[in-house]
Amino acid sequence: MNARDRILGRLRAAAPHGADTHDLEHRIDAHFDARRDEESPHVLAQRMQAALEAVRAQAWCARADEWPALLAQRIVDGGVRRILVDSASAEGRALRAALPPSVEALAFDRPLQDWKGELFGTVDAGFTVARSGIAATGTLVLAPDADSPRTVSLVPPLHIALVHAHTLHADLHQALHAERWQDGMPTNLVLATGPSRTSDIQQTLAFGAHGPRWTWVVIVTGETA
Amino acid sequence: MTTSPLQFVPPQDFHARSRAALDDARLRQSFKGAMTFLQDKRRSQFGDDDELQRLRDLGEAVRKNALAKLPALLERLEAKLTAAGATVHWAASPEEANAIIHGIATARGAHSIVKGKSMASEEIELNHYLEARGVKCLESDMGEYIVQLAGEKPSHIVMPAIHKTRADIGALFAEHIPDTEYTEDVDRLIQTGRHTLRNAFVEADIGLSGVNFAAADTGTLWLVENEGNGRLSTTVPDVHIAIMGIEKVVEKLEHIVPLASLLTRSATGQAVTTYFNLISGPRRANELDGPRELHLVLLDNGRTQAYADEELRATLQCIRCGACMNHCPVYGRIGGHAYGTTYPGPIGAILSPHLLGLESTADLATASSLCGACGDVCPVRIPIPQLLVRLRTEANRDPDAEVEHPLRGQGARYSRGERLVWRFWRGAFGRPGVYRMFRWAATRLRVLAPTQQLGWTKYRTPLKPAPRSLADLLRDKNQAQ
Repeated sequence: MNARDRILGRLRAAAPHGADTHDLEHRIDAHFDARRDEESPHVLAQRMQAALEAVRAQAWCARADEWPALLAQRIVDGGVRRILVDSASAEGRALRAALPPSVEALAFDRPLQDWKGELFGTVDAGFTVARSGIAATGTLVLAPDADSPRTVSLVPPLHIALVHAHTLHADLHQALHAERWQDGMPTNLVLATGPSRTSDIQQTLAFGAHGPRWTWVVIVTGETA
Repeated sequence: MTTSPLQFVPPQDFHARSRAALDDARLRQSFKGAMTFLQDKRRSQFGDDDELQRLRDLGEAVRKNALAKLPALLERLEAKLTAAGATVHWAASPEEANAIIHGIATARGAHSIVKGKSMASEEIELNHYLEARGVKCLESDMGEYIVQLAGEKPSHIVMPAIHKTRADIGALFAEHIPDTEYTEDVDRLIQTGRHTLRNAFVEADIGLSGVNFAAADTGTLWLVENEGNGRLSTTVPDVHIAIMGIEKVVEKLEHIVPLASLLTRSATGQAVTTYFNLISGPRRANELDGPRELHLVLLDNGRTQAYADEELRATLQCIRCGACMNHCPVYGRIGGHAYGTTYPGPIGAILSPHLLGLESTADLATASSLCGACGDVCPVRIPIPQLLVRLRTEANRDPDAEVEHPLRGQGARYSRGERLVWRFWRGAFGRPGVYRMFRWAATRLRVLAPTQQLGWTKYRTPLKPAPRSLADLLRDKNQAQ
């Protein structure tokens, strides 16, 4: 008998019968629903910003017509020379248009293995558009795809994310249900909260462990969903 | 630091190692500071006790539900992941799990593996197995990396290098990493670790990780971390191997919401960690990064033994937050290495007997004052003190006694002498006539009490029966009234 059959056989021989827990989802929903106020995107945006600042990310609220110029200026001031920006999304194109020639906007247009060393060694920043955000914890919901691969938000020392205020959820429970995650998950969904960190040396908090050392988030307000 | 390298020490030397740990003032200082810090961090997350207790109820219900349906959930998880293009492997023992992983490495001509944190891989001694076969494993979690450099094992399941001071780590880096000067500046130490490990992610043939939760309905592996090394290990190399104990699957993705909240708040006192990395399959054809191959190794290693017994099954509810060790007065004094097992502290004491057998782990359940702190903080309400008592019973049971669910190593602490004493005790206390005679003899012959009374007189004055028994004193008092 192979290991699979042996393990499953042992479990089946001992599994209790008639386990009835049909109200489990209802209990979970009731718990989180009772502890949440329905808030406007404006309030959620403020909460998101405060939560991000609490985890040492930098966050700004900006209107749709003003964020590209504002962000481009910050990028220049931050000394960024090479930044990954997609040109598939409207946001990516808007940022590209706002960047001065002194900042090189790169496209992730090759498979990772063709330029691993270059990505790890020479790219200062990566720009991604978050699918949504979770205001209670300042969490970005990132769903990487062909246009915005996983490593963009992971390898460069600076991760810049844009999130639209109207996509913000109050908490993780609400995000999961509103976006119906149970209906199908992408190969990789990342919930990212602030820059990478560690307390592995004598409980002392340090940033920039292996992922980005800095996280900037632009919360785009003043739009309708 | 007097902690010697602990690769492959037998857990049965528990008493000797506890003694050594207690005599190490620096080690005790390290643990005391860390325990206080972690307890305070956890407390800061649970200001609303009502919310905490209700969330614990939910956490327990989710885990109990998953265990009740475990065989079906494992099959569903396997089916979902297979449909997404992943390969699922089953391993009954550490040897099988190691052989599976080595097989994957061999088939791809792989020479190097970069590892995210995985206690299951510690449990099967994977690094040792692969290194003996020419495959180099590099730990990339900062704590695990430090412990690997020192040639030690983790002393805590969440914070592996908790026993080390910044001075220890500064010296370790200066000795082992080329062109590194001694420093106690934590920021500089972390940046040194970052730069040293960065190339490993680029060059590794395989990335290996653990799994915190798995959802059967969506076929999702849910990984929890702060550093980003877990994401790098599961994203950059062409092959990702995940290894998890069979108990970690839950029925639905939405069931993980309360568990994730309980885990991060109980473990490190964070509302969330930096990353929740949700993996539901290998890279799709149009994607430009992510592993082309995803393997999941499902590990039994004694878990089915715990599962067979209704009471002991609760052991498998564990979500590995480490809160029980952070609050354990014994763990806080002797530290993690004294246990000699992959999982130390209260959870280690109740889990290790299933992994390793009671022969080598029977003493661990006695390393508790049964104060109950572990049970009080457990986010999924495992009755740890009750299970410690149960394992003591199993360890002292007659090895030949037939029981419904025998444990490996039953009767490891069985002693005929002790059994005889208890039989005498029962005989004397169960019969009033005999008891009165015993009382009479004990009070009259008190001068014969020995001055050397085994372990008791090592630190205390010898016990001697009183000249008059309590029953006699009470009778006199009642007659006088």
